[in-house]
Amino acid sequence: MEGRLDHGVYQWLAIILITLGLIAAQPHIDWLTSYPKNLIVPFADWLNAMMDWLVTHLGWLFMGVSWLLEWPIKGVRIILQALPWLVTGFLICLVAFIASGWKLMLFTLASCLYMVIIGYWSESMNTLSLVAISVPMAILFGFGLGVWAFNSRQAERVIMPMLDILQTVPAFAYLLLILMLFGFGTVVGLIASVLYSFPPMVRNTIVGLRRVPAEVIESGLMSGATARQLFWQVRVPSSKRQLLLGVNQATMASLSMVIIASIIGGTADIGWEVLSQIRKAQFGESLLAGLVIALMAMVIDRVTSGLASQSGEYENRKGSQKLRQHSLMIAVGGGLAFYALAKLVPVLEVWPREMEFSPARSMNESLTYLIVNFRKEIEMIKTVAFFFVMLPTKIGLQGSISPFTWGFELQTWHSLAYATSMTVIGAICAYRFNPYIAIFVLLFAIFFYFGLTKMPWPSLVLIYSFAAWRVGGLRLGIGTFFGLGFIVVTGIWPEAMLSVYLCSIAVIISFILGAGLGIWAAGSDTVSAILRPINDTLQTMPLFVILIPFVMIFKIGEFTALLAIIAYAIVPAIRYTEHGLRNLSEGVIEAAEMMGCTKRQMLWSVKIPLALPVMMLGLNQTIMYGIAMLVIAALVGTNGLEQVVYIGLSDGNFGVGLIAGMALAIIAMIADRMTQAWSRNRQSDLDISVT
Amino acid sequence: MTSEAAVSNAAASTKVKLSCRNVWKIYGENPAQFFDAGNGVVDTPQALADSIANNDHIVANADVSFDVHVGEIFVIMGLSGSGKSTIVRCISRLVEPTAGAILLDGEDVLKKSDAELIDIRRHKMGMVFQSFGLMPHLNVIENIAFPLKLQGIGEQDRYTQAERVIELVGLQGRESNFPNELSGGQQQRVGIARSLAVEPEVWLLDEPFSALDPLIRKRMQDEFLRIQSVLNKSIVFITHDFQEALRVADRMAIMRDGAIVQIGRPVDLILNPVDDYVREFTRDVPWESVLSAADVAEAVDGPVSGIGRIAADTPIDSLLSYLGDNADGVAVEAADGSIIGIARAANVVKALATGSGATPAVVRK
Ligand SMILES: Nc1ncnc2c1ncn2[C@@H]1O[C@H](COP(=O)(O)OP(=O)(O)OP(=O)(O)O)[C@@H](O)[C@H]1O
Ligand SMILES: [Mg+2]
Repeated sequence: MEGRLDHGVYQWLAIILITLGLIAAQPHIDWLTSYPKNLIVPFADWLNAMMDWLVTHLGWLFMGVSWLLEWPIKGVRIILQALPWLVTGFLICLVAFIASGWKLMLFTLASCLYMVIIGYWSESMNTLSLVAISVPMAILFGFGLGVWAFNSRQAERVIMPMLDILQTVPAFAYLLLILMLFGFGTVVGLIASVLYSFPPMVRNTIVGLRRVPAEVIESGLMSGATARQLFWQVRVPSSKRQLLLGVNQATMASLSMVIIASIIGGTADIGWEVLSQIRKAQFGESLLAGLVIALMAMVIDRVTSGLASQSGEYENRKGSQKLRQHSLMIAVGGGLAFYALAKLVPVLEVWPREMEFSPARSMNESLTYLIVNFRKEIEMIKTVAFFFVMLPTKIGLQGSISPFTWGFELQTWHSLAYATSMTVIGAICAYRFNPYIAIFVLLFAIFFYFGLTKMPWPSLVLIYSFAAWRVGGLRLGIGTFFGLGFIVVTGIWPEAMLSVYLCSIAVIISFILGAGLGIWAAGSDTVSAILRPINDTLQTMPLFVILIPFVMIFKIGEFTALLAIIAYAIVPAIRYTEHGLRNLSEGVIEAAEMMGCTKRQMLWSVKIPLALPVMMLGLNQTIMYGIAMLVIAALVGTNGLEQVVYIGLSDGNFGVGLIAGMALAIIAMIADRMTQAWSRNRQSDLDISVT
Repeated sequence: MTSEAAVSNAAASTKVKLSCRNVWKIYGENPAQFFDAGNGVVDTPQALADSIANNDHIVANADVSFDVHVGEIFVIMGLSGSGKSTIVRCISRLVEPTAGAILLDGEDVLKKSDAELIDIRRHKMGMVFQSFGLMPHLNVIENIAFPLKLQGIGEQDRYTQAERVIELVGLQGRESNFPNELSGGQQQRVGIARSLAVEPEVWLLDEPFSALDPLIRKRMQDEFLRIQSVLNKSIVFITHDFQEALRVADRMAIMRDGAIVQIGRPVDLILNPVDDYVREFTRDVPWESVLSAADVAEAVDGPVSGIGRIAADTPIDSLLSYLGDNADGVAVEAADGSIIGIARAANVVKALATGSGATPAVVRK
């Protein structure tokens, strides 16, 4: 392909030159390296002052709300704790059966028995009681807002960005806000979980109500519906499926936030159990407790999504009505019978401590054995990753090559060789493929040599803003500039770069591995069948739990965080790649086959280019997942913004935590908008549309 | 014309049920700017429509006027985008006309309040949609009883009523199926049954059969005519298919760019098309089977004798061989026995010639 040298390429070359110039000037001009301290705008202090004012003047109001909310939580909790596990378990299994049938019921039964026998039943019920209150609240609230936004464009314009913020600002950042306003206790978890779980309900409500076909509405009108009848008897029931999807997402979000919120403590729920076990370095116990969360998440997910898909099928109503009536009878009858049974046989009411069976001790022992015996290997993996990948990205080849790390001193001729070879590779890329790939290679070479955190901030702001402008238009460019500007003037740029560095490595590795697996899975049904349940599990697993196995083996540190992020962020990369490759239009593939493509040509020059927009959406999700996990990974010791957020929470410094949280949200939004825009551009280039 | 009285549908009375008066529907930024008076009466509709279209507005209906009589089937045809759906949506007020009047039993529907409109839709108007518009969450019987439910009729009553129309459209036994379990034709029958459940006086059908394959369509047309012969409603029927129009229409209108080009009985359009656009629609019609003896009969003064007699609605094609043998032609007789006129071979040839698009050959003298 001939290299088309247009405007953009020259502009990029100019930017690269400016960057090199700034790097050269760095030793002489201090503020290029670090933004001057005396110019930092004290947003954090202002926020804290605002918060103080709010607490002193309106504190009573929030406390009142908090007091009110305590009651239903307590009520549900008391009921769930008082019921024998046999009865609760029976009812849960019955719901599972109605939602999806025998298979799910057996799975649910096994999960319940696990919780009982391992000895986490009561903690699980505490978590469940919080979810049971938060989900209806989130659904009502989300549905209400969704309806409002559906009816009024203006409302929508206010609500949608709010949802974006609530879903991207890390929970740790506003947990403290809630804590300060509503006081210590379960209410914090409740409110945080409602705040986090109502946005998906709003989105699904809007989408669902909008998607009702015009003819259904018109025929409703012609049937003589009043405005109210039209809404409740036509619009809402026709969008039931989408609404239930919202319920499913809200429930999952609620559970994960309840778990995250238990970091505050005082809840005696299963999330707290996991955390305190991790802190005590009792990994066997924490893994067993983590498994409880995972099982709960899976059961809740399958039940709600089972209900959602069932309602789409509209099978014979008479039959299912009968089942429903019966199931009420079965629930009451069975419940009473099991209650009586439990009263007769005490084991069935409360599982006695002596009978708890926990393999935690032997797990711990074998882990210790493993770690002691494979210490060398584990250390080696860590060192290699650290010295050859993480450190260079962080502080550059320039900073990380030393006799101690790489075994030799960095000489001038090394650097020169590096510079020339990179330039040559760039030139080859420009000649063979596309000048933009060359630009990309050059930028990457510069990053890797000087290190992301050592680069002068003005040039990074310039590069990111310019890239955003080129990909997503002027508005995105300006938005990026001001977003990054905010991070600079609040003085948290260095931490932001640490987050970007960790997240970028994780995302790049996840995407390459994930895309590879996705390609493999697209070509082989066996691989696909093996990967699917693993992906499902990882995706429904609360983020906390994913950390556990990595902490067990690799201890606290950035490397552990990296692995955890990869484990979670790889899922969308696999999914979207496979989906993109499997859903290409038949016509193109057949045409290519007729032209005599080899298998390999078919993959690289036909399928992948066509699937690229979908894969880009996968990259988008990979980044979002990566950032979500990054925040949680602060628990195992990282140094970026996420750590600032976490420290803000534990020190009670609301302003600092929130600013860092907002900075993370800004980074997430920029990455999101850029990848989306890129995917859209490719789609319009290829004249296809992806949903 | 003498023949009109003889052929016109015995069911259609002369009483006007529904009428559109100078209806305009303009889409765009500010449609109201083009009309001073709300009644839509303008001197030069064509010129106004052109100037509106030049002003970045879309003219969906331009000065549409027609009447539908009690018991009449009024068919609307026209190319895609010519404004057919829009005019029935204006009649039902699913869209608000920009100007003009819609009279139902002499009262302007456009002036009705929301409550009155709901009442009209509940009791007087039924509509069948091109893509059915069934409620996905309701089964067949619930879908059909849905309008009754909205009226607050009790479950028992509305199901009895629904059962009755289910029988009418032949869907017995499918009551508890959901729309996604039915074929396209069955779904459309549910739509038809639903619009009939409230016993409307005016029935609007927007391309009701166009989603169906030819065989089912034929059967549905028969069923439709059967239903109409029982219920005798005032019907506006949209179709793309002239054959279909021929089968069902008492009168029909052809639309172009939002305006009506010609209104009349199907035969009138065949025999006297106002322009090539209309002729285009009637081109592929097998005329000899459409035209009847009355359409070609030439009026005579005085009594006729010595020639054969034939009923007015005899199709021309069944007469051709007789006319070929009898140069004197045949006397055409109305239902009451009076003579309408005489049909000769020459009359038939002339009738066929009017509508044929072929350029006349140059004949040397
Ligand atoms: N909501 C709308 N906004 C703008 N223009 C519209 C709207 N609805 C219809 N139109 C335009 O009005 C014109 C008439 O549309 P209409 O649906 O009445 O056509 P139609 O004759 O029913 O066509 P078809 O045979 O394809 O159903 C078309 O040009 C259409 O684009
Ligand atoms: Mg139409």
